[in-house]
Amino acid sequence: MSKRAEFIKGLWSEHPIFRQLLGMCPTLAVSTSAQNGLFMGGAVVFVLFFSSLVVSLIKKFVPAQVRIAVYTVIIATFVTIVDIVFKAYFPPMSRALGPYLPLIIVNCIILGRCEAFASKHSVKKSLADALGMGLGFTWGLCALGSIRELLGTGSVLGFQIMPSGYDPLIIMILPAGAFIVLGTMVALMNRLEKIK
Amino acid sequence: MKDNLKIIGVLTGVCMLCGFVLAFVFSSAKDRIEQNQKDYIRRAIYNLAPQAESVKEEQKKDSLVYFLSDSSGNDLGYAFLCEGLGYQGPIKILFAADKKLKTILGIEIIESNETPGLGAKINEPEFKIMFSGVPVSRRLEVVKTAAEKKNEIQAITSATVSSKAVVRIVNAGIDKLKEVLE
Repeated sequence: MSKRAEFIKGLWSEHPIFRQLLGMCPTLAVSTSAQNGLFMGGAVVFVLFFSSLVVSLIKKFVPAQVRIAVYTVIIATFVTIVDIVFKAYFPPMSRALGPYLPLIIVNCIILGRCEAFASKHSVKKSLADALGMGLGFTWGLCALGSIRELLGTGSVLGFQIMPSGYDPLIIMILPAGAFIVLGTMVALMNRLEKIK
Repeated sequence: MKDNLKIIGVLTGVCMLCGFVLAFVFSSAKDRIEQNQKDYIRRAIYNLAPQAESVKEEQKKDSLVYFLSDSSGNDLGYAFLCEGLGYQGPIKILFAADKKLKTILGIEIIESNETPGLGAKINEPEFKIMFSGVPVSRRLEVVKTAAEKKNEIQAITSATVSSKAVVRIVNAGIDKLKEVLE
């Protein structure tokens, strides 16, 4: 596959959330608002990009028996850097994402892409794959976050969208709402794929 | 044997390198993070007591008390940080009280992990404003209907536990502040 195709696949045909069902923990927990989704997605893109870069650079030197341990250490390092940078430069967002930011370490999208892709492909292809998967994850989180925010509070990114008489469906903001919206979106994606 | 040495070597090397990188990033961001936390509390204090010109920190017994004064140096009162358990974890609250410890000037939620959309509404101005100007001669109480007495706080709909937690923490904080100032 070309670099372009490696990039595109993460956005739709192999979408990490809706097709591979990877990274469900942050997906369900952080998608309460569009803004949370955006920042969480940005953090994941950063970590995925640099982890894939390092993993594909050092893939020849890492003995197969300890590769997962090495990948985990590399991922944890980048996640901790993001956490520190957010605390230092974006304190309000760091407060909003709370414990989910450091939990990117165990987000299976990142370890999954490092193990399944970056450790077997060239640096350029790995970066294309990482960017595609990261941005796919970001738009997925934003879509889920927007829908939940819209139905659960009546506004998106702080803009009131629903008419003032709208009674917010509080369940959409709660964990149950995350499952409902996620399930519906996965079903929709499957349906669209069949029509094709 | 040779394989084992290689495994140990690679793991040690990777871990050391990552350790160095993290130590470097952390040491260059540490001051900023501490400054952010201080700024956040300072800003919260000025929000609660806009007429406060200077804030002095002082260690009283085992707690840190912020002494507020206006531009001409008159004492305005105190700000105090207190902490307690909410519905889903600790809640940290900063409150300001007048110099005679008779009324609460206001409260600010510094840290909380309450349910988004429900308990998290303790962060909203509509809830926090109810604490402004409340007398502390009697303990604050939570009610479910509109507050009738001055020391009553109306609970947030479907977030009674979080509302009660805030009131409990503020009550305990006032007791603690009285105790350390004696």
